[in-house]
Amino acid sequence: MSKYLLLLYAGEVDAAEQAEREAEMPKWVQYTQDLIEAGVFQGSDRLYPAESATTVRVRNDETELVDGPFAITKEFLGGYYLLDCPDLNNALKWAARAPIARYGSVEVRPVIDLGAAFASDPAAARA
Amino acid sequence: MTRGQRAEPDAPRAALERAFRDERAAVLATLIRHVGDFQLAEDAVADAFAAAVATWPRDGVPSNPGAWITTTARHRAIDRLRRVRSLADRTDRLAELARLNSQEHASEEEESMVADDRLRLIFTCCHPALAMPARVALTLRTLGGLTTTEVARAFVVSEPTMGKRIVRAKAKIADAHIPYRIPPDHELGERLQAVLQVVYLIFNEGYSATGGERLARGELCSEAIRLGRLLATLMPDDAEILGLLAMMLLHDSRRGARVDGDGHYVAFDDQDRSQWDQGRIREGQRLLERAMRLRHPGSYQVQAAITALHLEAPLASDTDWDQIAELYSALAHISPSPIIDVNRAVAVAFARGPQAGLELLAPLLDDARLDHYQPLHAAHAELLRRNADLPGAARAYARAIELSANAVERDELERRLRALPVF
Repeated sequence: MSKYLLLLYAGEVDAAEQAEREAEMPKWVQYTQDLIEAGVFQGSDRLYPAESATTVRVRNDETELVDGPFAITKEFLGGYYLLDCPDLNNALKWAARAPIARYGSVEVRPVIDLGAAFASDPAAARA
Repeated sequence: MTRGQRAEPDAPRAALERAFRDERAAVLATLIRHVGDFQLAEDAVADAFAAAVATWPRDGVPSNPGAWITTTARHRAIDRLRRVRSLADRTDRLAELARLNSQEHASEEEESMVADDRLRLIFTCCHPALAMPARVALTLRTLGGLTTTEVARAFVVSEPTMGKRIVRAKAKIADAHIPYRIPPDHELGERLQAVLQVVYLIFNEGYSATGGERLARGELCSEAIRLGRLLATLMPDDAEILGLLAMMLLHDSRRGARVDGDGHYVAFDDQDRSQWDQGRIREGQRLLERAMRLRHPGSYQVQAAITALHLEAPLASDTDWDQIAELYSALAHISPSPIIDVNRAVAVAFARGPQAGLELLAPLLDDARLDHYQPLHAAHAELLRRNADLPGAARAYARAIELSANAVERDELERRLRALPVF
């Protein structure tokens, strides 16, 4: 089993479209339920809009704060799911089933499993 | 391991080349399954061939070179695996390799797994999560056994760029856990389409060479045909594999006749038909017949049928253009694309006159998305010329020349433009 982070991206919308998306909530509930029942669900959160973001960088020991997301793109990160799947094919299948995939994008990122790498290798754990 | 006779001095080299050509992909495919890591398996196989280079000339060629390479590669994989700590299931992998080493003969289960390893490798290299250029490069590198330099040269990119592309693809397979297996039945159709697309793209790149100076990069065509044959051996009942292989062989039969002694493009109608490779044509025809008997039509079979009709006419003027136009209609139905529409218009022009063809081109020329589509303008120019609209033909030739990326094609279009009667 491998962990995958499903990053949920979608564009800014007007009020009418926003209402449409809110109406999709039951679909999200069902999707999450399906993930739990399949035994792949590890966690999920929804994020406040991108304009609420603050980006932090430390340069020459000076902390710089930027009001906004780190990259200005047409689509913004709006939430994530953390899954534990047998392989990429399985993770991609779940990504395609996310309601947001129909109007936004789902980025599937494999998660580095440091814990497992150390656990299976006593020598490395000692190192 | 028994050693063969130390015969003529070239024997080890010939045996090595044969082993590299015929056995490398299969050995690699099995080792990837055993060690669970693309790069490590590839390095171990490279080690094994390096060992063969060092020892075969001295000790003689082993009686079963393939088995020798397999065993040596496995030993080298164990050595390498012991040194890599980051692999999660390293201990299990080492145990499995040790077990395989201790066995005199492979179990029946293992033997049937080995038979499918090259398919696993093909489906992994052509996985849809990899970008198309990465799939093509990885397929040529691992299954075709082309070096990174050769792949880079064939696709007219620099060697470091191609090297990075291949390394990145292998890293993604490992990091994202792209599974090493043949897709289940319900996914097989779609996934096989992706594989055939890669093979076709390799062939096409060799055949039409979108960049660079040479019209045909023969080695890419040969590699694509080799991959097609491999697929046809591994999945003998798939009609589209046979259709694609038939189409490639039929096109490739004209390789020698497409360019003259000076490297100039020779138009289809002007080609010396005696130079066409009749053996390839016959093989293509037989494969197409076999495909059609499976009664599972598809776009590659239709394209092969069109190519066969072109090649079967004793003279260019004997070509059955009506039937070719019909087949293009069928093809447009299966997989709509502008190139099919352009080709259909050209076929109709031959069957019923240039005016009928121009009528079919009109909606394509109105489509702003096809404004930069070179084949459309080249076909437009030809049909206008034959319809005696010389100023129109000159304009269309100029546009097609402007859009040509291939020097040989561009020369030919310029020649045709100059050959227009003065208006």
